[in-house]
Amino acid sequence: MDTISFAFQGLIPAFIFFTVIYGFAKGVPVYDSFVSGAKDGIGIIIGIFPYVLAIFIAVKTFEASGAHDFIKNMFSIVAAPLHIPAEVFSVAIVKPFSNAASLGIFTEILKSSGPDSLASMMAAVIMGSAETTFYVLAVYLGAVGIKKTKYLVPVCLAADMTGVVIVIILVKLLY
Amino acid sequence: MNTVWLVVVCISIVFAAINGRIDGFTKAMFEAGKAAVEVCLYLVGIVSLWLGLTKILEDSGLIYKLSNFFRPAISFLFKNIPEGHPSITSMTLNLLANLFGLGNAATPLGIKAMEDLQTLNTENDTITFEMMLFIVINTSSIQLIPFTTIGLLASYGSQNPNVIILPTIIATVISSATAVGILYLFKKFSRKDR
Repeated sequence: MDTISFAFQGLIPAFIFFTVIYGFAKGVPVYDSFVSGAKDGIGIIIGIFPYVLAIFIAVKTFEASGAHDFIKNMFSIVAAPLHIPAEVFSVAIVKPFSNAASLGIFTEILKSSGPDSLASMMAAVIMGSAETTFYVLAVYLGAVGIKKTKYLVPVCLAADMTGVVIVIILVKLLY
Repeated sequence: MNTVWLVVVCISIVFAAINGRIDGFTKAMFEAGKAAVEVCLYLVGIVSLWLGLTKILEDSGLIYKLSNFFRPAISFLFKNIPEGHPSITSMTLNLLANLFGLGNAATPLGIKAMEDLQTLNTENDTITFEMMLFIVINTSSIQLIPFTTIGLLASYGSQNPNVIILPTIIATVISSATAVGILYLFKKFSRKDR
């Protein structure tokens, strides 16, 4: 594991090193090129900011209003007879919106039910296999100013839900 | 997105009222503002960094070699993208970054990919099928080894945190395939959009 993670950590530095050396070898003014590319960054982020803000308002108020706890309790009514830990749904609901928030919930699960429990295993696999869907949607669509998204949002929602069901079945089968 | 946002915000307001947490709601809104600024400030740095690096790749011509190299794999899915188009490279780099769990690198490269895809778009504010496919693959996340999660499991004293690797890979592959399948299903039933 240590060697693998070392190799992965080395990926970005190796990529940067290669890019700069290759550019230099090809006679590119690497410093000027870098600066002219990097100057576009701030413009992109200014364009994205309102979208990110909208998503954050939705997530933070959803948590603070108690709506999140309510939905979690609803799920636990369904989940208990199936022997699925209710905490899993917290991660599943929050992960599509915010990585930081879902990490917080995951850490709570680790503390409360132990790192080798079924709840922790399921939550861990969801953490690894799900994405921050709405954040990605907001940022990627915001970056190019797309407003008409056709059927993208329902597809993403359906895919996320299927993903969680797959994880629950898979972890149930394997442990 | 309009519907999703409206529903979530309305639910929050109603629940805040019922639970007597209106003050919490207001506080959360200001916290959201702060968090959004923090995230964007952080993004300015890395997005600019990656844009600078990809500019070097572009000027040195390497980006075109890379895109030719990955062309077969990407064009299998993205059939309508012309040969040698920069979006192939930016999408490839983004997907590779995701694969290796390099989230910090993946977002800027994804934004770059969206901009490259936008150059092929004839209607500026309407999404193309290629964009949808790219986003769907992105949001179903193809990741080989979830380092953060394993790290957390280990730090809380898990006996063998690596056991989650296999189910994570299986789950991510199945869910990505399902996601692409669902997208094609929707495409099939909304012919009028094409």
